[in-house]
Amino acid sequence: MKLFSLIPVLAIGALLLWAGQDFPKWGDLASPASKSSVSSHFIAKTGVDTEVPNMVTAVLADYRGFDTMFETVVVFIAGTAVIAILRGSSIGRPRRKDHEVEAEPDLIVTNTVRLIVPVIQIFAFYVLAHGHVSPGGGFQGGVLMGASFILIALSWDLEKAMARFPIERCLFVAAMGIVLYGGIGLLSMLLGGEFLDYAELEKIFPVSRGMARYYAILGVEIGVGFTVASIMFVLYANLASEGRLKEGL
Amino acid sequence: MGLEIFNTFILLLLVVAAVTSLWVKDLLVSAVVFGVYSFLMCLLWAEMGAVDVAFTEATVGAGISTVVLVATVFHLRRKSND
Repeated sequence: MKLFSLIPVLAIGALLLWAGQDFPKWGDLASPASKSSVSSHFIAKTGVDTEVPNMVTAVLADYRGFDTMFETVVVFIAGTAVIAILRGSSIGRPRRKDHEVEAEPDLIVTNTVRLIVPVIQIFAFYVLAHGHVSPGGGFQGGVLMGASFILIALSWDLEKAMARFPIERCLFVAAMGIVLYGGIGLLSMLLGGEFLDYAELEKIFPVSRGMARYYAILGVEIGVGFTVASIMFVLYANLASEGRLKEGL
Repeated sequence: MGLEIFNTFILLLLVVAAVTSLWVKDLLVSAVVFGVYSFLMCLLWAEMGAVDVAFTEATVGAGISTVVLVATVFHLRRKSND
């Protein structure tokens, strides 16, 4: 049976390798991606339109802001789906196996984590705020922030981390992130532009159109960061404790 | 020349990591090797100049996914009587 299933695997792999020959060479200036009018427009206009040096961030949060907003919604739905599936799934099962005993958190591990966690969190804020000029942005900063809480949960236990970031607050913060993103979009619509057309924000803030988009991109990145950070922690907390939200690993 | 050696080395390790994570019997080892795979992928993205993607791969792929997979593996039980 194993040999039998190897045949389609090899066939599909060979097909993929064969189709891969059609790809343009890496860094090829004549490739469709480099030649299209869309990419030359982005390369020429991003700095003028948004004042953002990092083109990836500008395309992600501004030109394709609608796309990124619903990506954030997808992350939120994933987190709520995990809660909905796992809550109550472990009723009736023993909490611990017989041979397992309660262990004290290790002194060296907890004290190292005590030193590391603030550094991770400051780095998360740096990545979030510096998404305009260097690689990073809402998703990466949010994941780093969520990871710092996961580290607390791993080195002590889940209760210690849940005391700082309870599940209700997680969901509230996650929803607030989407509200912040959509709110900035709605605000620019109310000011006479289109949904997520940040340039209209110049009417209420004393900045130029380009800088209005610059600051609005920072605003929506913070929204994305809120959602991603709390949902990452929700995912870990639920999966590590089978939805009990107690004790964890 | 140096970049080509680097690329070849990373790609070879990538194949080894991918096959290993499917091959090993222990799910925990599989999850950790999958994290290694993600990190190699991140190095490859960074080498190609896609630094934003590399950053996302490092945080989400090598970081959070591995933790979530390990957390899940710890709660799996085999249905057998031996």
